[in-house]
Amino acid sequence: MSIYGERSRTIVEIEALSKSYFRDSLEIPVLRNLNFSLPEGEFVALMGPSGSGKTTLLNLIAGIDRPTKGKVKVAGTDLAQLSEGELAKWRARHIGFIFQFYNLIPVLTAYENVELPLLLTSLSKSERKEHVETALGIVGLSDRMHHYPRQLSGGQEQRVAIARAIATDPTLILADEPTGDLDKKSAEEILELLSRLNSEFKKTIVVVTHDPRAAEKAHTKKHLDKGELS
Amino acid sequence: MKILKLAIKNAGRHKLRTGLTIVGLAVAVMAFGLIRTVIDAWYAGAEASAPDRLVSRNAVNIIFPLPLSYKEQILKVPGVEKVSYAHWFGAYYTDPKQFFANFAVDHHTYFDLFPEVIVDSQTLANFRSQRNAAVVGQILADRFGWKPGDQVRLIGTIYPGDWDLVIAGIYHGRDKTTDESALMLRWDYLDETLRATVPVRAGYVGWYISKISSPAEAVRISAAIDSMFKNSLAETLTQTEKQFQLSFIAMSGTIITALRIISYLIIGILLLVLTNTMGMSARERISEYAVMKTLGFKPFHLVQLIADESLFISLSGGILGILLTFPMASGFGEAMKYYFPVFETKPQDLLVAGIFALCVGILASMFPILKATRVSIVDGLRSIG
Amino acid sequence: MKIPIYYNYRNLLARKLTTGLTVLGIGLVVFVFSGVLMLAYGIKKTLVATGSEDNATVIRKASLTEMMSYITRDQVSIIESQPEIARGPDGKPLVAGELYVLISLNKIKNGDAANVVLRGVGPASMLVHSGVKLIEGRMFTEGLPELIVGKSTAQGFQGAQLGGSIRFAKQNWRVVGIFEAGKSAFESEVWGDVNQMLAAFNRPVVSSMTLKLADPSKFTALKERLEKDPRLSVDVKREKEYYADQSYAMTSFIKILGVVISVIFSFGAVIGAMITMYANIANRAKEIGTLRVLGFKRRNILSSFLVESILLSLAGGVVGVVFASFLSMKTISTTNWDTFSELAFGFAVTPEIVAYSLIFAVVMGVVGGFLPAVRAARMNILTALRAE
Repeated sequence: MSIYGERSRTIVEIEALSKSYFRDSLEIPVLRNLNFSLPEGEFVALMGPSGSGKTTLLNLIAGIDRPTKGKVKVAGTDLAQLSEGELAKWRARHIGFIFQFYNLIPVLTAYENVELPLLLTSLSKSERKEHVETALGIVGLSDRMHHYPRQLSGGQEQRVAIARAIATDPTLILADEPTGDLDKKSAEEILELLSRLNSEFKKTIVVVTHDPRAAEKAHTKKHLDKGELS
Repeated sequence: MKILKLAIKNAGRHKLRTGLTIVGLAVAVMAFGLIRTVIDAWYAGAEASAPDRLVSRNAVNIIFPLPLSYKEQILKVPGVEKVSYAHWFGAYYTDPKQFFANFAVDHHTYFDLFPEVIVDSQTLANFRSQRNAAVVGQILADRFGWKPGDQVRLIGTIYPGDWDLVIAGIYHGRDKTTDESALMLRWDYLDETLRATVPVRAGYVGWYISKISSPAEAVRISAAIDSMFKNSLAETLTQTEKQFQLSFIAMSGTIITALRIISYLIIGILLLVLTNTMGMSARERISEYAVMKTLGFKPFHLVQLIADESLFISLSGGILGILLTFPMASGFGEAMKYYFPVFETKPQDLLVAGIFALCVGILASMFPILKATRVSIVDGLRSIG
Repeated sequence: MKIPIYYNYRNLLARKLTTGLTVLGIGLVVFVFSGVLMLAYGIKKTLVATGSEDNATVIRKASLTEMMSYITRDQVSIIESQPEIARGPDGKPLVAGELYVLISLNKIKNGDAANVVLRGVGPASMLVHSGVKLIEGRMFTEGLPELIVGKSTAQGFQGAQLGGSIRFAKQNWRVVGIFEAGKSAFESEVWGDVNQMLAAFNRPVVSSMTLKLADPSKFTALKERLEKDPRLSVDVKREKEYYADQSYAMTSFIKILGVVISVIFSFGAVIGAMITMYANIANRAKEIGTLRVLGFKRRNILSSFLVESILLSLAGGVVGVVFASFLSMKTISTTNWDTFSELAFGFAVTPEIVAYSLIFAVVMGVVGGFLPAVRAARMNILTALRAE
């Protein structure tokens, strides 16, 4: 690896990955023998029709699902080797996840939502405050810090969710249809933000989407169809 | 009928929640039944009393005795058929904290006046032939492991000293309400001992029991007895046996009142649990109610739908609770048998519990009904539950 | 606590109806539980307050209370001459030989007859029972059929008010004074001149003797000497213990019955809490999934929901205790089974009772919240995320 230098360190390495779901005794294959790797600093759009296995692949990379066969290595760790508890700890450290429906906790303010993943770190209260304020500043919501999710627009909610995803400074940001529930203008703002995170802050990002505009922002596009990558 | 079917189906949608609610209601209904049974147990003595027996005691207080000479005078009152007497003995066996009723009785007449206390002829013969004999109830005999022929030593509190008694036999109650936890010793044994030790205390009895010709004569005979002893040193107060027993129960009136209050608080719990469940269901189903309205169902149908579900749950809980009351009451009665010699759940308590369950069912459906009938179709359809 | 507590209480506040009903349910149970303990403690407190630290009570051997006791004249003079006894201003020993009988009086409230203690007291009695103070009227005159009446008796019984009269032993006795006795059992008694009483009831001897000790630490020496004296056959007890023992039957009965009822009763509230917690978890499945994705572990979820249930029950506990403490404003009266006589007392709160009640509430919360919290912790992340 050293010949490629520090800059092109591989963040995600997937080898011969298969994933099937079982309904009774029936095996339903979702991903078949996938090979895929992602260098640091990359911004990838995973595209494909619904049911093609995009979200499943994202979940496997995030360590919230386990493969049937094959290997998933993220940030230097083979996820298969980790117990459930270790996996949770690993996720808190390395993954920032953005959901289609934002998944903010309705009873917590924007500030508290962003602070949530920081509670799993050893940061002090004042350090956490610094992180939260920085993250909310990046997404442009410093003035909405103490609003509850129901007091925010959809686009603002998604920006809070992004702030939550970046607050811990994770190795990898994963987004599942981040613009799927937004109007055109808000969607553009979110995409702009993601691309800024990539260009300005050198974040490695994987976005699952079937929004062609989202795909345009990405450096690379990967198509997933019937469980195979092209 | 269709609506009822749908209501029951609705109740089955959250099986865990409905199940828990039914169990919660059942436990509350059972607790209600249990407390009511405890209250009944208090009144068991009064229930067991016969209408044709009068009790005469010292008017100042039952702790003051009456002279033995009153017996012959009471017998002369027209309408009095038989007279017997008893005296509170107040001794304990090994541990003063293990209370049981024990009194000295006239061995010639006492059991004649109490046909509900069944004493076999052998026991009676033993009791009458041996001065220090005692007859004990089955529950008391079991409690201390006494058998006929056993020597037992009671320790006197009112009459100091050790009292060695011989168990002449065991009595049984004819009725379920008969107390089987008392000990009766012979009054003459007590009196002879007092005559030898504290002669001033001899020759007195605690109370007289008179069997009268007809319950209808009770008022006249009571007055006649009391007027006979007016202005003597020991004036009497004559009451029917029931009044006499009730006067003891009245002394614990506060405790009984507290128990009654608690039993109503339990109904409150019932209402809270069911209202909570029905409220949750209503919140989740607002959009369904709107759909039903769109389909042309009238508010009346929704009322029926919700009330049926609420009643279905409350009645299931009520019935289960009533069924649970029996084993629970018998277990509780067993554990508390030294406090409550008679512990029987009465059907009317369970009926009351059932009626309360029904009322709770109706009340708990009020809030969801208001919510469902008021919702406008548009708002309801927009709600996602 | 990884997941902050404000997450839990804000969720509880967000569902006011459900939370309110559940809190009320638990509150009812805690109300009954602490009410019962307060009742039992109130009786004990009243009786304990009746005895003084520096008094000794002498009753006939093996008689449990004064009612069964009598002390003969020659015994009285032996007891009076003991050196440990304090002396009054007139130089006489502070010894109260008292007659103790029960009379039946009718309650004002419902006319029910109840047994009231009638105590024949001597000149030393007011000095020995130093907590007793006349608040209305005057002291009875020796040699006259006059009575002074405890505050509670005056409030509760017919004829026992100032100027009223009570009939027993072929005479009418006039009430000339009302006394207070620091909320002790004496307030439920009726007092008159001991010599008058002895004559009226045709009794030759007093029931008991209460001695004031010059030095309370000499009690044991006095007790041993008197109890061993072959001429006496008496039991000597510290007055405080003598009265405290009289609370045994009532308090143990109330405690047993009350705790059994509360425990059965608590099932209803626990099930109420369980229903609420299951609903909270079902409604928040997606949040649980999100928390797990963020890196919270199953045990963080478990403890968070357990904490939520405990918060819920603790709120109920506080509501129950607060309402129960209002009971302490009320005075009630009942027959004390140990003495067979009427005793007026109040519900009394102690820090222990508050602590037990809150612990009871927390136990309900843990029992009711455990299974739902386990369900929350066991949720599969992906299923939870897909929930509505």
